[in-house]
Amino acid sequence: MHLLIQAIILGVLTGGLYALMTSGLTLTFGTMRIINMAQGVFVVCGAYIAFTMFNYLHIDPFLSILVSTPLLFAVGVTLQTFLLKPIRHDAHRLSLLMTWAMAIGLEGILSLIFGTDFRGITTTYQNSSWTIAGYQFPVVRVLAFGLSVLILVGMYLLLARTKFGRAVRAVSQRESAAKLLGVNTDRTAALAFGIGAATAGAAGAMFGLVSSFDPASHYDLIGRLLAICVLGGLGSNAGAITGAVALALSESLVQAEFSPAWSSVPFYVLLVIVLVARPQGLFGVRTRGAI
Amino acid sequence: MKRWASAHRGLLIGLVVILALALFPFSGVEGWIVNIGIFTLMYAALGSAWNLIGGYTGYVSLGSVAFFGLGAYGLALTFQHVGVGDGLLPFALVPVIGIAVAIISLPLGFVAFRTRGLPFIIVTISLVIILQYLALNLTAVTGGAPGLQVPQAPFQPGTYEQYFYWAMLTVFAVTLLACAYVRGSRLGLMMFAVREDEDKARGLGVATSVPKFAAFAGSAAFSAMAGAVWAYYLSTVYPQFAFDGEFLAMGIILVAYLGGIGTLWGPFIGALILTPAQQYFAYSLGGSQLYLIAYAAVFVVVMLFLPRGVVTTFADRALRRSRRRKQAVEELATAELEPPVEASSHAVAR
Repeated sequence: MHLLIQAIILGVLTGGLYALMTSGLTLTFGTMRIINMAQGVFVVCGAYIAFTMFNYLHIDPFLSILVSTPLLFAVGVTLQTFLLKPIRHDAHRLSLLMTWAMAIGLEGILSLIFGTDFRGITTTYQNSSWTIAGYQFPVVRVLAFGLSVLILVGMYLLLARTKFGRAVRAVSQRESAAKLLGVNTDRTAALAFGIGAATAGAAGAMFGLVSSFDPASHYDLIGRLLAICVLGGLGSNAGAITGAVALALSESLVQAEFSPAWSSVPFYVLLVIVLVARPQGLFGVRTRGAI
Repeated sequence: MKRWASAHRGLLIGLVVILALALFPFSGVEGWIVNIGIFTLMYAALGSAWNLIGGYTGYVSLGSVAFFGLGAYGLALTFQHVGVGDGLLPFALVPVIGIAVAIISLPLGFVAFRTRGLPFIIVTISLVIILQYLALNLTAVTGGAPGLQVPQAPFQPGTYEQYFYWAMLTVFAVTLLACAYVRGSRLGLMMFAVREDEDKARGLGVATSVPKFAAFAGSAAFSAMAGAVWAYYLSTVYPQFAFDGEFLAMGIILVAYLGGIGTLWGPFIGALILTPAQQYFAYSLGGSQLYLIAYAAVFVVVMLFLPRGVVTTFADRALRRSRRRKQAVEELATAELEPPVEASSHAVAR
């Protein structure tokens, strides 16, 4: 029982981080109706930025978020402007391969700079944890969870309360109508893609703290993030959070109770069950031509 | 004879191309060029098989590579447990594996077809990930990460590649023939209807499940056949390459995009351009970082400058030219107050 609750605690803490990574994916899907296959590599970029700043400048990984976030935002806006905007006439079909090209291109650049060895960020508080009522709360994971929640709340406020957020919601409802009402849809799409990449940058710094990574890690990551999206319902924020927690929770439970080798199986089984019973995902909405 | 030839122009062109391809190894080329030929034909077969589901039915699937891997493992496992002799005999197994994988694909298709559009893409990605995961972890069956060994074929060193070249060519030819047949059939019409608007097609009484499952299973069968030949050629199967979601899955789609999605010859032309280039990059840049960057650059160039594919672009250009000629003829005809002359109509790519 003790082991079970401990696994649940770890699962929920990791789930927060996955939720942050997925939120960027949801945002780009909402505004541009595309799957961003490069989200995973953006996370890995964030991890490498944190790694570099920690090893060469001795800056704490949590502080490096202040650098990785704007940097990835700039990368996202640039990539959107030069690679995605030209294909928006047929974004539905072409964006899959285009964002995938971004992913492997960035993977190539990362391995050119950093090599293909596995890296990790080893801080002084790496292995310390707080003990509450006999349960371990690893410092790194608690901080990462807290910060992820904070950024997610910030994202929510940005979407719900600001003019930019209103533009994003308008574009995601109907782009042509938003355009008619004076929304600069190109700028909104570029900013949304940039913000999506920025959240990945922030999540990446924390991802680097909780696990080791190499440039090819993005392949594993994007698979999980996409599965989370489909489980929760593509484009739904609540779905993304639920899916992320479900993934992390099931993984840590199986890891604790059975074996690490089989940790991903229950999540994918869950995915199949949900798709058969409710193809639009847990929080998705059924729309004509979509599902 | 002349009338027969004009009615079966497509078939004749196909025969000539396949025959020319079959004679290619006799032109005295070296083994490594035949090796590139095998991979080109593999991509052409996989791209054409993908076209059935992604191009004709409009369901962009990343699952081709899952069935390719199942075919590869299928061959390796049969070798291990049944014993199928050596030499040319194992090639007889290839169609059997294709049919078996097509049957396996049906329940998987049932889950995947619960979704449409972008979620369908993601579900098929998940399928590849799950199979890769199973191949890694079911060590008792699949041998885990090191994979399975297939006994090497006892062909002579000088002609070793040729047999696999012809086997892969056969798989490609069969795939192409199936595509050509489907395009002209009622089934193909149903597929196109699903691609254009599935709800409307269903509203008009098309049993949309039939073309969807037919395309999915057919695509799975041909992909698996290519995978089986590939496994015998390399004489080893392991998860990273059999279920290669990173390069193979996307490469298949890129080949179809480059050639022209939904066209008969598109995937072949795409493979003809892309695979030698890819092999050249891999050879000259190693399996290294620069290779990744070059590969990404190819993707970007194709998407930016040839988004509709070679075949579609040129077919459109030819169509526009013929229209212009027709218009000029008509203008001339009306000027002379004579009935308009019918200009020759060109076949449209789609």
